[in-house]
Amino acid sequence: MGKANLMAKPLAGARLRARWNELRNWWRPVLLLMRRELKDQLRDWRILFPLVGFTAFFPLLMLFTARRMAAFVEQYGAEILAERLYPFLILVVGFFPLTISLVVALESFAGERERGTIEPLLLLPVEDAQLYFGKLLSMLVLPLLASYAGIAAYLGIMAWRIHWFPEPMLLLMVWVLTTVQAFVMISAAVMISTQATSVRAANLLATAIVVPVALLLQSESMLMFWRRYTALWYYVAGLLLTAVLMTRVGLAHFNRENLLGRDLDVLTLAWFKRTFRRAFWGNARGLGDWYRTQVLPELRTLARPFGFAVLLFVLAFVLGHRVTTAQLERIPPEVIQQYTQGKGLARIAALQSWISLAQGQQGLGMVAALFLHNLRALVLAAFLGFFTFGVAGLLIAMMPIALWGAMSALAAYVEMPSLLPLILPHGVVEIPAILLFAASLLHLGAYWATPTREKTLGTVWLEGVARWLKVFVGVVLPLFLLAAVLEVYLTPRVALLFMGK
Amino acid sequence: MIRAERLSKAFDGFWAVRDVSLTVHKGEILALLGPNGAGKTTTVRMLSAILAPTTGEAWVDGYSVREHPQEVRRRVGVLTEHHGLYRRMTVEEYLAFFADVYELPETVKRERIAHWLRFFDLWAFRHRRIGELSKGMRQKVALTRALLHHPRALLLDEPTSAMDPESAYLVRQAVAALRSEERAIILCTHNLVEAESLADRIAVLHRGRVVALGTAEELKRRFLGPKRYRVLLAEDRAEAPPLPPGFRLVARSPRAFEVHPPNGEGDNVHLIRTLVHAGWPVVRVEAVPYTLEQAYLALMKQVHAQEAAQSGQEEPTHG
Repeated sequence: MGKANLMAKPLAGARLRARWNELRNWWRPVLLLMRRELKDQLRDWRILFPLVGFTAFFPLLMLFTARRMAAFVEQYGAEILAERLYPFLILVVGFFPLTISLVVALESFAGERERGTIEPLLLLPVEDAQLYFGKLLSMLVLPLLASYAGIAAYLGIMAWRIHWFPEPMLLLMVWVLTTVQAFVMISAAVMISTQATSVRAANLLATAIVVPVALLLQSESMLMFWRRYTALWYYVAGLLLTAVLMTRVGLAHFNRENLLGRDLDVLTLAWFKRTFRRAFWGNARGLGDWYRTQVLPELRTLARPFGFAVLLFVLAFVLGHRVTTAQLERIPPEVIQQYTQGKGLARIAALQSWISLAQGQQGLGMVAALFLHNLRALVLAAFLGFFTFGVAGLLIAMMPIALWGAMSALAAYVEMPSLLPLILPHGVVEIPAILLFAASLLHLGAYWATPTREKTLGTVWLEGVARWLKVFVGVVLPLFLLAAVLEVYLTPRVALLFMGK
Repeated sequence: MIRAERLSKAFDGFWAVRDVSLTVHKGEILALLGPNGAGKTTTVRMLSAILAPTTGEAWVDGYSVREHPQEVRRRVGVLTEHHGLYRRMTVEEYLAFFADVYELPETVKRERIAHWLRFFDLWAFRHRRIGELSKGMRQKVALTRALLHHPRALLLDEPTSAMDPESAYLVRQAVAALRSEERAIILCTHNLVEAESLADRIAVLHRGRVVALGTAEELKRRFLGPKRYRVLLAEDRAEAPPLPPGFRLVARSPRAFEVHPPNGEGDNVHLIRTLVHAGWPVVRVEAVPYTLEQAYLALMKQVHAQEAAQSGQEEPTHG
């Protein structure tokens, strides 16, 4: 036994060493490619000049902004506003050098293709993943270093001139957020670069990165201003997931042949129409046939994401309930009572006026208004979902459920009547519709992230949208329309009946 | 060493290469000739495992380009159509980068870089940025890149294009030396003199297909017919020359005429005897030199004629 143990130890050690060597050998060409790319970048004044400029200039500009802002708000005794601004400015200082990374990453493959240097690179005996990671990492290093240097300079200046020292947790969060943000932008840009036929095309496609990142920064600034740092950690998690998915998609569709072979920049509307029609309509002979041959099989593919969405919705409900309960326990019951007193009566009055309005000519208008309200939320969720492989869309779809959990916690705490009669009549239709919507977004994200080398990214993207639209137009929207009708004509009556009025 | 069987490649329904079968042995040079767009570069890209064949298969040093592309890439050295050098790197840095990726040990790396740079007269320029070099020098750097890892198979696309005669001579010398080192070489070129002087066999591609394959002599015989001999005379003769049986007169001028002997050069004894006997002042009998260019042009003429005949057959008939 002792001998066996002695034998096992060196064996395990040897295996570990072999694994380590394997890993080192795998990363060796990645690092070589990265080093070469970095050398090239460091010799290009068009990259260096703005990078150094942004790194040196923005901390000074932000110091100026911070001081002016502080002087202004101090006049009104609102020093707290200035303090809230300082952390946000760290994010701004860190972000600007990253914009350069976007420009460089967009031309990572497209530029090599245009300059004719791609072929010797593709001839190297390295795996696609090694080539891809070599490029990806090299695009990250310089801008990130510049970004960290900018942040350090800003913090130094702020400490010296304003004596402001951020808490370590905030610093860590900003550092991680900046890094993850860079990872998202660069992974998206490199992915675009592998698919674009020229640098010009890649730059034009960059709108798909710039717009969501601008929205992201705005929401981050709001959260920073309100000191919702915990929420920002969720952002970090979401962004990291998005970046990993982007890298996976980029790798899945990385094709040496496409990088060499495709030369055309022409938008072929006929291809667009043909691909979309094939994925959306198939060979259906009419609406009934479309539902039978296209929509139903598509719904069957959603079984697993639907189950996953149910699970997430239950989690959202529980989370909403628990967070609200925890918050309510901090507030004295009499305060809550004071706020909720008479709310039941007011609700009954509101329901009665709702019913009388619905009975009149305004009924259809109310249905339209409700439907359009939901449609707007769905379109926003889908739009954000398209840029985040369904993740952001899913989060938005989960919000009403979390809110329901919160409201039910509140109802239980102050002994309000149950909310179920207000939700269930139309909820029977609306909740499965939201679940289906969430499941279709999840499926879309998975479809985009699944390796399909025989198809280009453009084809997969278009097919994914067409398949998602099949479910959205064919099932989700009709269900939401039906739910709006029920909400106007049935829910108030059921609720009143339940309340005994 | 290099073997292709019915290798084909289609791009969006267009067949760039169709059913190409060829073999290149160790120590052999095969020249790929053909007009622009004939499929030479696509064939080279498939053989170097960066384009996957649509149908057919190819092997380099026993490794399939479909199943082991990585191993194939490790074993081939490719001089690409466009040299594709990084202009901001120095010559030495550039070559060192490729040598590192090919995992050459440090001493071997230094030795090989020095050897090839000296061979191509680039040693003095090793610290220069590639962007500062002339077109011919860049071509030599690209060729060095292809040779650094001692590949078993070499695929050279226009190796002497843009080079001055001296550099081109150096490159041809290098290619010949590599052949003697038992490497299999495919040479794509438009330079027919170079192809004739270097290649053991020649394949002519047209619209993606191999339309002729053989040694330069075989191609000349096939497309230009048997050898001609020119007879030079000391004085003008207006009448037709007396010819022994089987000889065919193909061209004539007052002081010279050309003939096809029935069975080759040996029959010229009868010709000379007949002419001397008839009192013709023969000064010299020499073989008329056939060039590969003539054979190539004759082949292309034949191919175009066949295409024209085919398209004529495919024309819809009216009435």
